[in-house]
Amino acid sequence: MTSTIGFYSLTFGLVCSFLIIFFSVKNFNNSQFFDNKILSITFLQFFFVTISFFSLILAFVYSDFSNETVFNHSHTTKPLFYKISGTWGNHEGSLLLWLLVLTFFIFVFLLKSQKQKKEYRILTSLIQQVIIIGFFFFLIKTSNPFNYIFPVPAQGLGLNPILQDPALAIHPPILYLGYVGSSIIFSSALAATTLNYVSKDWAKHIKQWVLVSWIFLTLGILLGSIWAYYELGWGGFWFWDPVENVSLMPWLALTTLLHCILVLEKKLLLSSWAIILSIATFTLSMSGTFLVRSGILNSVHTFANDPERGLYILIFLFCLIFLSLFIFFFFFKFEKKKKNLFWLSKETAILINNWFMMYFLSVVLIGTIYPIFLEVFSSEKISIGPPFYNKLIIPFLVPFLLAMAIGPKLKWIKSNFENKKHLILFFIISLLLSILIIRNLDISFLLNTVLVTSAFYLFFITSRDFFVKGFKRLSQNIAHFGFSLLILSILFNNIFSTEVISNLKLGETLENENFKIKFENIKEINEYNYKSIKGKFTVQDLNGSNEIMYPELRIYNQPNIVTSEADIKTNLLTDKFMTMNYIQNQDYFNIRYQVKPFMLWIWLSVLLICFGGVISFIKKYEG
Amino acid sequence: MKVKFLPFFLVILLIFVFFGFYKGLQNSNIYTPEVNLKKNIPSFTAKLLGVKNEISSKEIFKDDVYYLLNIWASWCVPCRDEHKFLMDFSKSEKIEIIGINYKDKIKNARNFLNELGNPYEIIISDLDGTLSIEWGAYGVPESYLIYNQKILKKVVGPISLNNFFEIKDLVK
Repeated sequence: MTSTIGFYSLTFGLVCSFLIIFFSVKNFNNSQFFDNKILSITFLQFFFVTISFFSLILAFVYSDFSNETVFNHSHTTKPLFYKISGTWGNHEGSLLLWLLVLTFFIFVFLLKSQKQKKEYRILTSLIQQVIIIGFFFFLIKTSNPFNYIFPVPAQGLGLNPILQDPALAIHPPILYLGYVGSSIIFSSALAATTLNYVSKDWAKHIKQWVLVSWIFLTLGILLGSIWAYYELGWGGFWFWDPVENVSLMPWLALTTLLHCILVLEKKLLLSSWAIILSIATFTLSMSGTFLVRSGILNSVHTFANDPERGLYILIFLFCLIFLSLFIFFFFFKFEKKKKNLFWLSKETAILINNWFMMYFLSVVLIGTIYPIFLEVFSSEKISIGPPFYNKLIIPFLVPFLLAMAIGPKLKWIKSNFENKKHLILFFIISLLLSILIIRNLDISFLLNTVLVTSAFYLFFITSRDFFVKGFKRLSQNIAHFGFSLLILSILFNNIFSTEVISNLKLGETLENENFKIKFENIKEINEYNYKSIKGKFTVQDLNGSNEIMYPELRIYNQPNIVTSEADIKTNLLTDKFMTMNYIQNQDYFNIRYQVKPFMLWIWLSVLLICFGGVISFIKKYEG
Repeated sequence: MKVKFLPFFLVILLIFVFFGFYKGLQNSNIYTPEVNLKKNIPSFTAKLLGVKNEISSKEIFKDDVYYLLNIWASWCVPCRDEHKFLMDFSKSEKIEIIGINYKDKIKNARNFLNELGNPYEIIISDLDGTLSIEWGAYGVPESYLIYNQKILKKVVGPISLNNFFEIKDLVK
C-alpha cells in the first residue's frame, strides 16, 4: 500500500517538473513579474517527494517486505532507529533522499530570492529542474525504491551492520544537504552567467547558499570521519580512501569558492574563478556520486553494482558538464582589462590561497582517478595510499599555512608592512617552540620543525586576533583558528601516536618498551540482533597507570557479518584505542592498541571551523 | 586566441575522461577479500636491518628456492615460542628464512638474536610497519611460505608444531 502511494507521488513530482518548465518558459518572456504559480508548483513538487519519502520510511518501519528495497535492506529484528535510518542506508532510498533535498532547496531558494530579478530566479529554477528531472528519471528507471516482490518474503536480508550506527544514520542526510546545496550554487551561477548578472549583488545573495552547503558538507565529512575512526577499527581519522576523497574534493572547491565570493562581493574581482568553482563544486559532487554508486570504486558505500546505473549517472553528469561549459564560454563576459593586483594585498593573498587549494584538489583528484584509468588502459591494479598524498601535500602545506596567517592581515588593494613587528616576533616564538618539541624525538627534524612552526605560527596569529580585533571578523577568525588547531592536532597526533599490533591468546601478555597488555578474559553475550564477544584487557603504561579495555566483536545474525567495535577511552589529551579481530581457525586474536594524542581536538577543531561558518551565516542574515 | 583554444582542449579532455569511466564501468566489480594464497608476492625495496643501503625484492626472492618469510619483533612474546622452529628450518638446506623486523629498535632486535640465535639469511627492517601491510599481515608474528614468487602458505600467529611439519612436508 505505502509503496503504491510512494510510487505515484513520485510520478506526480515528475509531472510538476514539466509544469514548472512550461510556466517558467511562458513567464520568462511574457510578464514583468515573477509568476507565483511556479513557487506553488515547486512547493507541490516538494510535497509529493516528501510523501514518497515518508511512505518509504513507513514501509521500513512496518517491515513491509513486499517492497524490494525493504526486503533487501531491513529485517524485523532490527531496532526501530536503524529501520528508519535504513531508509537512506541503501542506493534507492538515498537517491530518494537526494531528490527530496533537491526539491526542498529549490523551494527555499525561490522563497528567499524574492528581491532578485525575475529572469534570474526563473532561469535558476529552470536549470535546477533539469537536474531534478534527471534524478527523477534515474530513480524511476534504474533504481525504483518501490518495486514489488511477489510472493512476499517472510523476512528481510538485513542492513549491513557497520551501517547500524548513530553517526552513520545522520551522516548521509547532512552530507547530502551539502552536496545538494551546491546544486543551487551551480544553477544560480549558470543563470547569472547567462544573464550577465555576475555582480556584487549576486555574490551577496549566493554567499548564503555557499555558506549553508559548506557548513553541512564540513559536518557531513566530520561525521563520516568519526564513524570510520571508531567503527572501521583502523585507528585513524582519514585514510585517503577514494570514497573519502570524493567528499573532500567538493569541499576543497567549495572552500575556495567561499573565499572567491568574498572578494567578488567586496571588489568585483575573480568573477571567472567564482563561476568555474561553482560549476566545479557541483560537478565534483556528482562525480562523487557516480564514482561511489557505480561500483567503479569499492567501498562500504557501494550498495549495488549495476552498470546500467553507473552509465546513466555518467551520461547525465557529462551532459551537465557540457551544458555548463557551453554556457560559460558563450555567455561569460571576461573582465576586459586585467586589473593589476598589487602583490601585497588581500586580493593577491586570496588568489594565492586559490591556487594552493586548486593544487590540493588536483592531487586528490589524480590520486582518486588515476588507479581507475590505469586499470582501464593497462589492466594493472594499484591503490594509492597516504605516502602519495603526504609527499605531494605536506611540502605545500607550509607556505599555505604561512600565507593563511599573513593574508587576512593585509588590506584590500594595497598594504604595507608597517606595525607588523608582532608577525616576526610570533614567527620566532613558533620556531623556538617547535624546535623544543621536535628536538628530542626520533623523527625527521627539518620537515617536522618546519611544519609545526608554520602551524604554530597560524595558531598564534589567529589567537592574537581574538584579543586585538574582538568581534570584528569573528567568523573568519574562528574558522582560521580552527584550521590551525586542526593542523596542529593532526601533526601532534601523527608525531606522538604509538601503536602495537600483535596476535594474542587468552591469558597471554604482550610487553614492549611502552606498555604491557594482558589478555584477561573473554565474554560472550547474546544481544537483540547480534552476539557480542567482549575481550577484557589490562593495559599498563610505563608510568604505571592502569587501564582496562573492552574491545568487542559483534556477530550479527542478519546478515551474518562480523564487525569489530573498538574500545576507545577518550580524554582531553589522548585517546586510547583498542580493537580485537578474530583470526580464522586459530585461538589467537589480533589486537591493535593505539595511544593517539589530541584525537578529540581534531574533531573539536573541525566543529570550530563549522562554527565560524555558522556565525558568518547568521551575521549576514541580520545585516 | 587563448580563450578559443581552451574550450576545445577541455572538450577533448572530457571526452577522454568519459570513455575512461565508460570502460571502467564494464570491468568494475565488488571487491572480494581474497585470501593471500597462490598470489604473487608484493614487490618492494627496503633497508636491511642496521644497514643503510636498500635491497629490492627481486634480489631477495629467486626462483626455484623455498623461502619462509617471517615477520617478527623483539618485543613480541609469541615470537620467542616459534623461534626454535625457525632455528630448525635454518639448518635445513631446502629452505631459506627471510625476516621482516617489525617496528623494532635495532639494538633490541640484535639482543634478541644474540640471545636466541639468528635463523635469518636476510633481515629486512620495517620500522613503520608499511611493508608488513603490503604483505597483508595482521600483526606479529606471521609467516609466509614462498616458492617461485608465489605465496604457498600463510601462518598467522606463531608457527605451531603442526605448521612446522606441514611446511616440512611442502618443501620436501
